[in-house]
Amino acid sequence: MFEDIGNLMHGFAVVVQPHNLLLMVVGIVLGVIVGVLPGLGGANGVAILLPLTFSMSPTSAIIMLSCIYWGALFGGAITSILFNIPGEPWSVATTFDGYPMAQQGKAGEALTAAFTSSFVGALFAVIMITLVAPLVASFALRFGPAEIFSVYFLAFCSFVGLSKEPPFKTIAAMMIGFALGAVGLDQMTGQLRLTFGSETLIGGFDFLIAVIGLFGIGEILLTMEEGLSFRGKSAKIDLKVVLKTWKELPKYWMLSLRSCLIGCWMGISPAGATPASFMSYGIAKRISKRGKNFGKGEIEGVVAPETAAHAAGTAALLPMLALGVPGSPTAAVLLGGLLIWGLQPGPLLFVEQTDFVWGLIASMYMGNIVGLIVVLTCVPLFAAILRIPFSVIAPIILVLCAIGAYTVHNNTFDVVMMLVFGVVGYFMKKANYPLAPLVLAIVLGDKAEVSLRQALLGSQGNLGVFFSNGLVGSVMTLGLIALFWPIIQNGWARIRGSSPEARAAE
Amino acid sequence: MSDTAHETGGAGPSHRGVEAGVAVVVGAFGIITVLGSLKVGIGWADDGPMAGFFPFYIGLAIIIASVVNLYNVLAAPNDGSVFATWEQIYKVLTVVVPTAVYVTIIPFVGIYVASALLIGLFMLWLGKYKPQAAIPVAIGVPIFFFITFERWFLVPLPKGPLEQMLGLAVG
Repeated sequence: MFEDIGNLMHGFAVVVQPHNLLLMVVGIVLGVIVGVLPGLGGANGVAILLPLTFSMSPTSAIIMLSCIYWGALFGGAITSILFNIPGEPWSVATTFDGYPMAQQGKAGEALTAAFTSSFVGALFAVIMITLVAPLVASFALRFGPAEIFSVYFLAFCSFVGLSKEPPFKTIAAMMIGFALGAVGLDQMTGQLRLTFGSETLIGGFDFLIAVIGLFGIGEILLTMEEGLSFRGKSAKIDLKVVLKTWKELPKYWMLSLRSCLIGCWMGISPAGATPASFMSYGIAKRISKRGKNFGKGEIEGVVAPETAAHAAGTAALLPMLALGVPGSPTAAVLLGGLLIWGLQPGPLLFVEQTDFVWGLIASMYMGNIVGLIVVLTCVPLFAAILRIPFSVIAPIILVLCAIGAYTVHNNTFDVVMMLVFGVVGYFMKKANYPLAPLVLAIVLGDKAEVSLRQALLGSQGNLGVFFSNGLVGSVMTLGLIALFWPIIQNGWARIRGSSPEARAAE
Repeated sequence: MSDTAHETGGAGPSHRGVEAGVAVVVGAFGIITVLGSLKVGIGWADDGPMAGFFPFYIGLAIIIASVVNLYNVLAAPNDGSVFATWEQIYKVLTVVVPTAVYVTIIPFVGIYVASALLIGLFMLWLGKYKPQAAIPVAIGVPIFFFITFERWFLVPLPKGPLEQMLGLAVG
């Protein structure tokens, strides 16, 4: 424990080097821009900018990339409040009360509340990571293949149980991801599979291309279809408004704490920031004395989803760091980055790469402080970006996506694949298939498969190995509960003879 | 970002039809996965499960899931909603088609020239900008990217005849 604190202090020393501080500011600014623009979300923003970091040291690289992530989380709030357009799915709930506040001329208060609660949520989650991650990692060091597989199993089953898309669509999307991930060289036998004689498929499908296509191009197509025109409220934040709002916010400490807890819990399980923000908003609405006013510009309606979204977004990095199982697509892209820099995510990271891990954790603290300052001071600038017409922004985003896709392997065929993924993503999104499990399955497919096969090899094909001891058995059982959660919930409601009212939150 | 059916009026392909189509395509993908797995063997070899073991069951799961999805689409009453109006589809195609051309010409003319063309034509054609506004942006943005990627971050991007002529191709 004390050793960890020492490591963390060392991490701070690394982070406050001027070079790294500069990268941090650059990352935050890029991240906010990425979060503000349609078609560039946290996940593919990080994916596109990943190649820029190839020449940096891993610590500097992760500082910049994670700051892009924080920036994107902050940026979503700006568009939601000023333009009533959620820049990110997790800021949809912020529009419910944020935009009405802006219409009433209280944009400054809404933005300050949003940024501050984001900061609080993230900080809470970072402290949680600082305390819990080393414990989880040291515990996970003793995992064998069966235990590792059970963790993957739980992660993927949670998607089915927790996502708001129909379960069989979630399963279909996820399995497509696994199938795409399996294409190419089989890691255990060295055999080629599913290539159907095509040479371009030998290398398999890179998930970064999938991320850029599905989230980037797909999102632009959706935006184009809806024919968005940005008509926003103007925003001015001065110190007086900030201080006034800050004075008001401590009143909502109970709300914040609850939202933090919801966010952390949803972030660690791979449900992610989006359901966390909705859930937090829904619960706040039911519990608050002013619940009736929600949707008409209630500051609590901004605090709840923003706190939860940021707590979830940050907490998603805990399983990524400690177990090598990312809790969100963006965390998955960061994990992809670790692999490219030659680091093996998972419990060993805490033993072998202490500098890196604690540098990253320290940068989470610093990044969020820097982020809060940057967004509070630069809101009008970022809002101005949104006033650039879509016919100018769209081709520039397309070019950025193409550059990002090309630089992954210096291969122009990947750029073509990006467009294919984009069109596929458009159809899947419109037909209500979730994209996050697909992406996570491409990333984790190989590892999940290897651990499954190793476990089965050890047990000579006996599935009983997954229930052979208390630990692996209970994780698997949790996974099964998560998998069948929709059915369990339905059955429970039927026994009680009432309709599941928990659904009302969505 | 609406994920539900558009009911904004106007004609277009039905949501139901497209959704059934997606389920069929996904199912076909599952069948391909199963066939591909069978080719490399799905059984048990001396060194444990064979290469096709895992993808085989994945493929099977895809097929089952899409059968259920297809059933759900067909069993639900037709609500008459459209997937997207023809006008919306046209708008989407105005992005897809130029982008398709863009990705095809990148290997031949390089990414910078292709990007300049994409941005320029997009602004002129869809944005109805005057050439004096579109051309500077179309040329300026690729130059900015060139400096950022090739000079600052030392990431080489595909280049074509124009860069070779200017002597920038080795960078």
